[in-house]
Amino acid sequence: MPAQLLEDAAVQQRPMAPPTPRGPAGEAVLAALTDPAAEAGVVAAVDEALAATPDVLLDEDLQLALFCLYELHFGGIEGVAEDLEWSPELNAARIRIERPFEAAIRAAVPMPERPASTSAGDVAATLFALTSADSGPSLSRWLARKATLEQAREFLVQRSIYTLKEADPHSWGIPRLTGRAKAALVEIQSDEYGGGRPGRVHSSIYARTLRSLGLDDAYGAYIDLVPAVTLTSVNMMSLFAINRRLRGALVGHLAAYEMTSAVPSRLYGNGFRRLGFGEETTWYFDEHVEADAVHEQIAARDLAGGLVEGEPALLDDVLFGAAASLTVDGWPAAHMLERWGAGASSLRSPLPDAGSTDA
Amino acid sequence: MPEREEPVRIVAYPNGPLLVRGPVEIVGPDGAPLPRRRRTVALCRCGKSTIKPYCDGTHKVIGFVTEPEEPAED
Repeated sequence: MPAQLLEDAAVQQRPMAPPTPRGPAGEAVLAALTDPAAEAGVVAAVDEALAATPDVLLDEDLQLALFCLYELHFGGIEGVAEDLEWSPELNAARIRIERPFEAAIRAAVPMPERPASTSAGDVAATLFALTSADSGPSLSRWLARKATLEQAREFLVQRSIYTLKEADPHSWGIPRLTGRAKAALVEIQSDEYGGGRPGRVHSSIYARTLRSLGLDDAYGAYIDLVPAVTLTSVNMMSLFAINRRLRGALVGHLAAYEMTSAVPSRLYGNGFRRLGFGEETTWYFDEHVEADAVHEQIAARDLAGGLVEGEPALLDDVLFGAAASLTVDGWPAAHMLERWGAGASSLRSPLPDAGSTDA
Repeated sequence: MPEREEPVRIVAYPNGPLLVRGPVEIVGPDGAPLPRRRRTVALCRCGKSTIKPYCDGTHKVIGFVTEPEEPAED
């Protein structure tokens, strides 16, 4: 990249603005975040919402409530006392949602066949076969060939919920791994975080992409616009991240994510080039073509394979995490394609300034 | 420490690229250094990358294999 692209400082994010609740569970959680007297009622409100929902996976109210509860452990929420991260009531509420959430993910995700052995090579081969067989919806081809400017901006908004904290969920795995798997995870994460250069932190590069299309790069700026399905895939990563017992799933998730990123990233970049955008916009995607071609090898063999070789009992969780990435992370893509195919917005309401860009 | 300098290490990943770690210069035919944007780089081995000499994952799309198939038994 040209030198001037590197000179900008990294983006300093602040705790996100409190989102708007989407139902009684979210109202109870948001109330408890600013009013200590409301904490005691959170678990009951969550239980009621869980009892009433037909599908916890796509429940707008519960997914937003869970997202807020996780955010206390990540970047925080503006105006919320920091010690609420370990509030017994709020953690109890989170666990109440997590249990049926995890069960529903496990029910929705088809488990792949086990490898012939738990050697790193066999685990890697199984993961490569699994991820190359993925015939999920091709959002990247839509972006490359068809997407309008409005759809391209919606795509960036949908992705912003994760990508402005890209790599953070998987960093929770570092103290929970040892040996070869730990070294592999740290090598990948170091690259995600710019290899010591603040301007190259992937989430900062993504912020530039957002700005180049006239979009807000503050963490959570578009939280009220994204549908439950987008929150579900981010919440699943947080579920795998903050629960040590799910470290195998976290590793499998990262492996599958890296293994399905390099080729689509080239197509995303092509889409923005087709729409007339330059390097400032496409750097993020171009960076991922090269980076993820490196990461996928390390992630499949040394991280996932190394973990299973060292802890064979984690094999099924690694496979589950990989399959969950393919299935659940495919849902927002399928949602965007379905809505755009019908000529509609993929957001809960269209972007307020649709159409205006800096390009 | 048994050695002060780690040697350059190239790992040949099955059906994939060569991962290069360590202090090695990657240069063009004129000797001018090629951009190296990360500590560990993957060099294309299938010949079809769009960002050669680096890997872009294309080997998976074209079904590139590094190991010769076992000869058929007869």
